[in-house]
Amino acid sequence: MKKKMTDRERTFLLITIPVLLLFFCFNTLPLLKGFVYSFTNFKGYGSYDYVGLRNYKDLLADARVGKSYLFTFKYAIVCTILVNIISLLLALGLNAKIKAKSALRAIYFIPNILGGLVIGYIFGFFFTYILPAIGQSLGISAISSSMLSRTSTAWIAIVIVGAWQSIAMNTIIYISGLQTVPDDVYEAGSIDGATGWKSFKNLTFPLIIPFFTINMVLCMKNFLMVFDQIMSLTKGGPSQSTESISFLIYQNGMSGGQFGFQSANAFVFFVVIVAISVFQMTFLGKKEEQL
Amino acid sequence: MMNKKVGKKVNWPLTILLMIGCITVFFPLYMTIVIAFKQPSEMTNDIAGALAFPATWSFSNFAEAMRVTDFWHSLSNSFIITIVTIVLALLIHSLGGYAIGRNMGASKFYRFAYLYIVSGMFVPFAILMMPLVKQTAQIGIANMFGVIVLYTVFYMPMNLLLYSGYLKNIPMALEEAARVDGASTWRTYWQVIFPIMKPMHATVAILTAMGTWNDVMTPLVIMSGSGKNTLPLAQLNFQTQFGTNYNLAFASYLLALLPILLFYIICQKQILNGVVNGAVK
Repeated sequence: MKKKMTDRERTFLLITIPVLLLFFCFNTLPLLKGFVYSFTNFKGYGSYDYVGLRNYKDLLADARVGKSYLFTFKYAIVCTILVNIISLLLALGLNAKIKAKSALRAIYFIPNILGGLVIGYIFGFFFTYILPAIGQSLGISAISSSMLSRTSTAWIAIVIVGAWQSIAMNTIIYISGLQTVPDDVYEAGSIDGATGWKSFKNLTFPLIIPFFTINMVLCMKNFLMVFDQIMSLTKGGPSQSTESISFLIYQNGMSGGQFGFQSANAFVFFVVIVAISVFQMTFLGKKEEQL
Repeated sequence: MMNKKVGKKVNWPLTILLMIGCITVFFPLYMTIVIAFKQPSEMTNDIAGALAFPATWSFSNFAEAMRVTDFWHSLSNSFIITIVTIVLALLIHSLGGYAIGRNMGASKFYRFAYLYIVSGMFVPFAILMMPLVKQTAQIGIANMFGVIVLYTVFYMPMNLLLYSGYLKNIPMALEEAARVDGASTWRTYWQVIFPIMKPMHATVAILTAMGTWNDVMTPLVIMSGSGKNTLPLAQLNFQTQFGTNYNLAFASYLLALLPILLFYIICQKQILNGVVNGAVK
C-alpha cells in the first residue's frame, strides 16, 4: 500500500494538475488539432476529407509560400544583424561616462513600449509622403517616390520600422551585460596596452557573450514571426513581395479558404522555429563554454 | 567646472552625439503630434506642409477621432484585458511556479511538467491561431474573456520560468518554520511565499502588460466577431473610415499611443528594471 499523501504533496498536486490542464487545452490541444487539420482539405467551414500528405507536397511546390519564406528569412536575418550591431554600439555609448545617462537610456527605450501596428501606420505616412518630398527637394531620385510602392524597396521600409522598435530592447539587454564587466578588467587591459577596438574585442565582448546569445535568439524568433508591421505598412504588397509567413497563414488560412493547407504551412513554420532556436542555443552556447 | 575624479572625464562629444541620436526616437512622435493638431487644408504637398507647427492648436481632430473609433470603449476593453490578465498571471503563474519549482528537483512528474510548459515558448501563435478560432467559437468564448484565457496560457511558459527561477533563491527554511507553527501549505504560500516574491511580481506584471497591451493578432482573430475593439484593433478596423483624412488618423494614433507613453513616463524606472530582470533570467 502506498502511504497517505501529506498535505504538502496534495496541495502541490491540486495546483499543478489544473495548471497543466489549462495549458494543455489552449496550447497543446490546438497544436495537435492544427496538425490533424494539416492532413485535410478543410476550407474553414463545411465538411472536409483527409488528403494525406498532399498539403505538404503542395507546400513545396507553392510559389507564394516559397516567396513568403524567402522574404521572412531575408527580413529576419538582415534585421537581426542590423539590430545587434546598432544596439551594441548604442549600449557602449550609453554605458560610457556621459552626462544625463539615465534620461538618455529612458529615451532610447521609448520605441519598445509603443505598439507595432500604430508605429507602422505612422512610418507608413513618413515613407509615402515625407521621405519622397525630402528626396524631391534634394534631387535624390532613389527616394523620390514612395519606398512602399516598389517591390525592390518595400522590405527595407519594414526592416527600418522593425529595427527601430527592437533596437530599444536589445540595447537595454546589452547595457545590463556591460554593467556586469568589472572596471578592473579595463584597468588591467589598459596596462597591457589594450584600448579601443582591441579592448572591446578581447576583453568586453567575450564577457558579454551570454547577452549576445539572448539577443540573437530573441531577435531571430521575434523577427521570424513579424506580423503587425506588415499589416500596417504593406499588407503583403506590392505584388505579394512582403508577405511574411505569419501574415500568409492569417490571410489565406482565415479568409482565403485554405485552412487545411495553411495548417500544414503553420506546422512546417513551427518546426523551423524550433530548429533554429535549438541550433542557436547549442551553437552559441558552445562558444560560451570555450571562453 | 573642474572634474574632480581623476581619469574619468565626462565624454562630451559622445554625450552630444547620443543627444542628437534621440532625434530618431522623437521625430516620428513629433510628426504624429503636429499632424494630429492640423487641419486637412494645412497639409500642402511639401515638407513644411506636414512638419510645420499647426496654425492653431485645436483639439477638434481628437474629439472627432474619439467619436469615430469609439475611443473610450476600446480603451476600457484594453484596460480590462490587460489588468485581468495581469491578476490571473500573478495568481496562477506564481502558484504554478511554486508547486512545480519546489518539486522539480526531486520528482520526475514535476520535472516533466516544467519542461512541458516552458517548451511552449517555442510555439508561435501563427500555428495555434486557426484551431483556436474554431475552439473558442465552439465553447462560446470568442470574446474578451477568451482573449484573457489565451493570454494567461501564452504567458505561462515565460512566467513559470521566471517564478521558479526566483524561488531557487528563497530558502526552504522559511516554509518549514511556518509548517512547524501548524500552517497548511496553502496558507504558507499566501502568507509567506507570495509576499516574498514581490520583485518578481513586478517583473511579471510589466512584461505581461507590455505584451498584451500592444498585441493585435490575438484580439484580431479571436474577438473580431464580438463587435468589440481593443485600442490597437480599433486603429486597424477604422483605417478605412479615416480615408485620406490623415489629420484625423494621426489624432487617433496619438490617442492610442498616449496611455502607454504616460504610464512609461510615470514608471520608467520600474519598467526598465522589470524588462532587464525578465530578459536576463
